[in-house]
Amino acid sequence: MSISGTRVLRVEDHQLITTGGTYVEDLREDALTGAVHAMFLRSPIAHARITSVDVSEALTAPGVVAVYTAADIDLAAGSAGPVGQPWLADGVVRYVGEPVALVLAEHPYQLADAAELIDIDYEPLTAVASIDAALAGETLLFPDTGSNVMQARGEFDETAFDGCEVVLTRTIVNQRVAPAPLEVRGAACAWDANGRLTIWLSTQNAQIARTIVAGGLGVGEDSVRVVTPDVGGGFGAKIGADPEAVVLGWAARRVERPVRWTETRSENLTSMTHGRAQQNTVTIGGRRDGTVQAFRLDVVQDAGAYPRAMFLPTLTELMASGVYHFPKVEAASRAVVTNTTPIAPYRGAGRPEATAAIERAMDLFAAEIGMDPAEVRRVNFVRPEEFPYETPTGAVYDTGEYAGALERVLEAGGYQELRAEQARRREGGDPVALGLGIATYVEITGGDAGGESGRVDINPDGSVTAYTGSSPHGQGLDTSLAMLLSDRLGIPMDRITVRHGDTDEVPKGIGTFGSRSLQLGGSAVRQAADQVIDRARELVADLLEAAPQDLELNVEHGAWQVRGAPSSGSVTWAQLAGQAGAGTLSADVWFGDGAPTFPFGAHLAVVEVDTLTGKVELRRLIAADDAGPVVNPLAFRGQRHGGLGQGAAQALLEVMSYDPDGNPTTATLADYSFVTATELPDFELVDMETPTTRNLLGVKGIGEAATIGSTPAVHNAVVDAVAHLGVSHLDMPTTPLRVWQALAEARKAN
Amino acid sequence: MKVTIEVNGGPVSAEVEDRTLLVHYIRETAGLTATNVGCDTTSCGACTVLLDGESVKSCTVLAAQADGHAVTTVEGLTGQDGELHPVQRAFREQHGLQCGFCTPGMIMATVSLLEHNPKPTRAEVREGLEGNLCRCTGYHNIVSAVVDASGQEVAR
Amino acid sequence: MIPVQFGYRRASSVDEALALLAEHGDDAKLLAGGHSLLPLMKLRLAAPEVLVDIAPVEELHHVRIDGEDVVIGALARYHDLQGDEVLREHAPLLAHVAGVVGDQQVRHRGTIGGSIAHADPAADLPAAILASDAVLVARGQEGERRIPAADFFLGPFTTSLTPEELLTEIRVPRQTGLGWGFEKFTRRAIDWAIVGVAVSGKRVGLINMGGTPVRASAAEEALARGASVAEAAELAAEGTSPPDEPHATTEYRRHLARVLTARALETSAGSR
Repeated sequence: MSISGTRVLRVEDHQLITTGGTYVEDLREDALTGAVHAMFLRSPIAHARITSVDVSEALTAPGVVAVYTAADIDLAAGSAGPVGQPWLADGVVRYVGEPVALVLAEHPYQLADAAELIDIDYEPLTAVASIDAALAGETLLFPDTGSNVMQARGEFDETAFDGCEVVLTRTIVNQRVAPAPLEVRGAACAWDANGRLTIWLSTQNAQIARTIVAGGLGVGEDSVRVVTPDVGGGFGAKIGADPEAVVLGWAARRVERPVRWTETRSENLTSMTHGRAQQNTVTIGGRRDGTVQAFRLDVVQDAGAYPRAMFLPTLTELMASGVYHFPKVEAASRAVVTNTTPIAPYRGAGRPEATAAIERAMDLFAAEIGMDPAEVRRVNFVRPEEFPYETPTGAVYDTGEYAGALERVLEAGGYQELRAEQARRREGGDPVALGLGIATYVEITGGDAGGESGRVDINPDGSVTAYTGSSPHGQGLDTSLAMLLSDRLGIPMDRITVRHGDTDEVPKGIGTFGSRSLQLGGSAVRQAADQVIDRARELVADLLEAAPQDLELNVEHGAWQVRGAPSSGSVTWAQLAGQAGAGTLSADVWFGDGAPTFPFGAHLAVVEVDTLTGKVELRRLIAADDAGPVVNPLAFRGQRHGGLGQGAAQALLEVMSYDPDGNPTTATLADYSFVTATELPDFELVDMETPTTRNLLGVKGIGEAATIGSTPAVHNAVVDAVAHLGVSHLDMPTTPLRVWQALAEARKAN
Repeated sequence: MKVTIEVNGGPVSAEVEDRTLLVHYIRETAGLTATNVGCDTTSCGACTVLLDGESVKSCTVLAAQADGHAVTTVEGLTGQDGELHPVQRAFREQHGLQCGFCTPGMIMATVSLLEHNPKPTRAEVREGLEGNLCRCTGYHNIVSAVVDASGQEVAR
Repeated sequence: MIPVQFGYRRASSVDEALALLAEHGDDAKLLAGGHSLLPLMKLRLAAPEVLVDIAPVEELHHVRIDGEDVVIGALARYHDLQGDEVLREHAPLLAHVAGVVGDQQVRHRGTIGGSIAHADPAADLPAAILASDAVLVARGQEGERRIPAADFFLGPFTTSLTPEELLTEIRVPRQTGLGWGFEKFTRRAIDWAIVGVAVSGKRVGLINMGGTPVRASAAEEALARGASVAEAAELAAEGTSPPDEPHATTEYRRHLARVLTARALETSAGSR
């Protein structure tokens, strides 16, 4: 019987619930004995010239081993060229939180004491604290480039909306949020006697981190080993390695001692990359029968102070038209720099922004023509028989059943009854308004198409060790891969060990991001298992003196036998591996032909809005998320829950805010509205499975999908709740103040 | 100053700086690293332990304040024979954890919550865990885990 | 983050605490549960040279009846107060408010006296104390003095306590049988109040509507004149000067004060 598809408890959990995970800060390796502790002094000003630096007093503070500033760093500049972030700020600081100096001390408590004694004079420059200020161009972050616009793509056809009965335009803010994994960034590093660096890093991909660290330090990749211990969440913000990691490796070489670093949460909120931060102008045109004829998306990406993820607006463009078959779709984007924390991927990375834009646009269009938002969507969906479907912006969707997803959540949620309840409240003048929000979405997983490594070894005792280039950090992939291998090889899960995240063990790999791990990493180990089976078949043929094609692997018993003649003898994996010798039953593959897949779904959110105070309560969230066949329903549902919570949080609560001078105003967890259990409802999940043809397993990614659907669903629900009072749009997060102000303005306008 | 704390049933003594936080005493002096630090504003609850049987955020208690008192961490929940505490078992059974970083604090907050309210409703669990942040689970399965640990049926 | 270095001293009696305060003067701060002070110290927004830990002072943990008053020791923790039977009967507003401060872990450490002496205008208990017409008892080297709650709060984080004084008790006239109501408006349950309203009988205390907790005097006077709840609530923001912040403007806070006062008064009317 197949384990895949059944609910299997995670092999990862036992340690996590008994002695806790081993995160970077928990490491007690011998190699780190005698480590010095590190802290980065960070800019308190958004934009300023550094006029003087004096570290002399700090150097005399108790326990201080060294204090370094830009002048000390003798590394070549990073790869990003003139607009790349220097290792430590050099002459100019461009955001609050930019590293300016590195302090090393014997004990972590001594770091902040010493940092207070570093004397840096800043001559303030005008801060560019918003997209509008960046576009105005009065102050440039990089004067040599002549503009704050770092990337501009695409142009629009002036005739695109000719012939439309209705044309609407609206600018929609997709606000900046903090990824805020519970484990902040951390690293530990030590050089060995042979001049080789080991760096333990909280990252989503050891192998890419190795490339970055080796490149930054100017050494060969074989001189750097990256190890990821347990990682306490990443959400895109731990992809690769930040400049701090390179500086730490440099410092360890300089002081000839191991170095350990853990940032504080307040540092993390301003210094780890942020996500989203787009300002999107949608134009939607069509007929009053609900047919959308043309859609335009104009993206402005706030890249923060140093552009590092310019593909984000490109992905938003690619996914502009969402789940709809529109005759005309056009998208363009600009990316601008501002005196704020750099922007990088955050759960969804470019796709949530596209979905939020089109799904708000569909609601705006529905409201304008007086049609139910569900009906407008039905009219415009890509139909099942149209797959593979190539969008006007160039995405080729693999498989989907968009209308089916929507109908299922409407049915599960009791949409008609909810609409009736809403009408009753409106008629009765109930101050607690009910709002329903729909979002249908499609997204890309494994969109980088970079492939993944997988290796499977049958050990002499018949156990299995699998190695993956994926780098799970909470997703439960160890369990899922063990399930796949157990099914394929007929070896029990408790005899299978999955290893990842050490570049010495897994030299090649891409890692875990973009919801890629099961479809690419899973396909890779599956392919490796198949190769092992092929090899085994040859060996068994010799042993049983049978033709290879007559042999079968009995997965119930984990033994090879002659098909139809089990009495003629069988060979277990242990027997085979014992005879074959170490390394024989092993396959190391690169699964490289994994094209992107396109998971999809539909979400229905139900909110109540207290119209007297503006407060929004999320009452229900009903979700269909289709990512093809499910390997472990336990992990699959867990990923959806997490995505729903994070997506809803963006609609309701979370924003990383700056004042006009570029000072962050939400720089601690007391001020940043990280969603808690009290703000979320129980989630209602609707299951559906539409396989893809683009990988061995038929699976699509699920890590980000629910985040992508839930934000616009909740956002649309809030607007829907107060639509009858004259509100047509609200930006996120839909805070009480913002809702109350919108209601007050609508009253005034009436 | 000299601080002696009974940690998971055994005394731990050390001379520490007066400003030493309890969480660092647990991690560095007692050498128990399950208890994590997730913030610096008493917001996230990752550092939750029991102090004389009641949940506290150990980042906001001085080791000196705990001198002469008893602390329990998640490492102290497991039985001698390795048997899981009902709350540990329920977190695994209900998939109430993903990356695991908030988990030790979440489990200890749950132990204290159930001490005060042995049969909480799902809404009471949400309120009771308002001081513990999780970025991975959306809290749904954490709530289920607490309900399960309390011996109540979890609807699936 | 880690506090700046300080010296830790422990007092096991009020006299010992007062002696330590006298010895260290302005350089010393009292430490009760530490849940107001330690977070500030960790962010290095406060850096006292000496902390005097008064948690071991056993004489200040009580809740008891003394004549017409309920007397609460300053070191009683929120968690103790929220379940205290005497308090629930004779000062139910305070018992309720103690149960909504912070979170479970905070309530296991935080003390009523600590919250009052810290005098954060966004805190819940000071306004509830005000609405309860409490009298605060302070001890210094010269003996004891009683300070009506209305005279205690001087400004944000500023009280009429001198650096050498210790808040020992909160005396609350028994509110037995009086209606009460409490409304705390937050974005998340865990947040500090944007605005809050505490009602006990005909007294209305406001949270975060100025530099100190304040009474909604105009609303109270209207109630005394026999005005309806709606009429009185309309006056709730009269005479207040609430802060103006990006997430909560002055105008919004005034509006909330009116809405929440109406709700708290309605709850109060229903609770008798």
